[in-house]
Amino acid sequence: MAAAELANQLQAKFSDVLSGPAEFRGEVTLKLADPERIAEVCEFAKKSLSYDMLLDITSIDNYGEDPRWTLVYELYGTGHGCHLRLKTEVSEEKSELPTVTGVWRGADWHEREIYDMMGVRFRGHPDLRRILMWDGYPYFPLRKDFPLAGKPTDLPDVAFTKSAPQEGGPFVTVAGGKDSMAREPRVRVPEN
Amino acid sequence: MATAQTIEFHDPASRVAAGAKSLMPEIVPASAPSTGGDDGELHGEKMILNMGPSHPSTHGVLRIILELDGEIITKATPDVGYLHRGDEKIAENMTYTQFIPYTDRLDYLAPLANNVAYALAVEKLMGIDQQLPPRCQYIRVICCEMARVSAHLLGLGAFAMDIGALTVFLHTFTEREKIYSLIERLTGARFTTSYTRIGGLSRDLPPGWADALRKFCDEVEVNFAESETLLTRNRIFVDRTRNVGIISRADAIDYGLTGPNLRGSGVDYDVRKAHPYLVYGELDFEVPVGSVGDSYDRYLVRMGEMRQSVRLIRQCLDQLPGGDDNDAMEPINVPDGKVVLPAKDKVMTSMEELIHQFMLVTQGVNAPPGEIYFGAENPKGELGFYINSRGGGTPYRLKIRAPSFCNLSILPHVLPGHMMSDAVSILGSIDFVMGECDR
Repeated sequence: MAAAELANQLQAKFSDVLSGPAEFRGEVTLKLADPERIAEVCEFAKKSLSYDMLLDITSIDNYGEDPRWTLVYELYGTGHGCHLRLKTEVSEEKSELPTVTGVWRGADWHEREIYDMMGVRFRGHPDLRRILMWDGYPYFPLRKDFPLAGKPTDLPDVAFTKSAPQEGGPFVTVAGGKDSMAREPRVRVPEN
Repeated sequence: MATAQTIEFHDPASRVAAGAKSLMPEIVPASAPSTGGDDGELHGEKMILNMGPSHPSTHGVLRIILELDGEIITKATPDVGYLHRGDEKIAENMTYTQFIPYTDRLDYLAPLANNVAYALAVEKLMGIDQQLPPRCQYIRVICCEMARVSAHLLGLGAFAMDIGALTVFLHTFTEREKIYSLIERLTGARFTTSYTRIGGLSRDLPPGWADALRKFCDEVEVNFAESETLLTRNRIFVDRTRNVGIISRADAIDYGLTGPNLRGSGVDYDVRKAHPYLVYGELDFEVPVGSVGDSYDRYLVRMGEMRQSVRLIRQCLDQLPGGDDNDAMEPINVPDGKVVLPAKDKVMTSMEELIHQFMLVTQGVNAPPGEIYFGAENPKGELGFYINSRGGGTPYRLKIRAPSFCNLSILPHVLPGHMMSDAVSILGSIDFVMGECDR
């Protein structure tokens, strides 16, 4: 069964909150309007459409836009061999949505990573702790307003206190930042 | 009785004569364990044991907090992140091409395979993955399979060493050394290869390299047979691995396991077969699948995969468009000046090439807005790249789906109930790389 057909079935079931399938490079994406229903939609996708594997969950920080967070779920069915991408958006004030650990146990670490990196919380997660950074780390480093070089802090035991050596360097490319002409080392004014 | 001052500790004989035993601190007999519970069994106090972060069998920096009841593991809490370098953050701050060297450092046992997976992901976003010249595709398959042999040889050697069979490690590392020499001739680096480019490869095969690889294929097959003789029917190895760390088919899928760990549990899912990329669809190979899902099955699957990889390498070498030394001048790059750097001599003499060179180096390739997910079958499992682009030469968000991360997430489920010593066997059979897990 083709991926588009399965996506249509899922969309028909949840037509009130799921927007029609969008295709790009042969991949099907469905957008969920209400993040509160993500677990319910995933449950149906797993039970009735045999998307038995959760490949990945990704978080995107749309900094400066509303809603700020986009969550991307990559589903896969080992039986039918089709991928499906589910996207949903969460506002910065809320920063919370239901967990899908009850649907796929593999979601556990993915959700912990998103909490760790972006600070989006998953309601009902059995063990929502930081996973890559250490307990007590004060920031969410994958947010767009967190600088690449790190942040100085007065908490010497829990975070970096010195800025990274590359900070402000010529080879740091920022999306929407200065173009490479401005970053080219030869046009920079030498510091005296 | 001799006093401590008169004893020369560097001389064992005099130590014995002096009765070194008497110098040892008196051993206080431990208080008898409390006999709790009504089931008639002895229940000791639970002990917390920190395994790692630099335990030899964690192959890197994985820490597992084990709760032990005697020698039985009752709870396991893995603690990852000791090797976190923020690769995804870094990727958002550089052009697509600049990120290639960072992919070397994901699964650092198979950098070539990571290079290929990343290049294919960006090419999918650009929509040029179908335009890759055949010679490029064949060389990339050769690279992936060499990486697979290399990674599995290490995984196998380290696995066997962890449970006491040191000889296998020496055997497999002899062959890995040869792979590294081949990779060095091909890419200029033994370890951090950075061999692919968006839309092609950094260079063609060097003269005589294909023959050297053929010779290696013959030699490594002898080595497989030797390693197999040392392990497959080895009573100790079989006892340590069979029915240890059984992962059921349903659990493997539910936890998102991929690669040999998933196939060891009997799931016939290999990205190379299910969603063929490059020229895998035209090549003839089999996917070994286990039945029980124990450590022994995962070992057998890896052993079988290496043989299939050699088979794939041989086919690619035989079918390589342009022949070994590319006398036919087959292209290895996409014929698009807006994607691939022009030849250096053209840059110096031709205006158009100079502009292309300048734009590519300063701005990077111009990717369209959109989002893609591309998964490749790497030695450890499905290495996926999710790229969210808002146009231009820099990804807005690049997510790495690391197979080792997903594979390790099953540890709290699979470790409890096993003996402490079996943890080493299970970790070895899951064969993870922390560089990839922590990113």
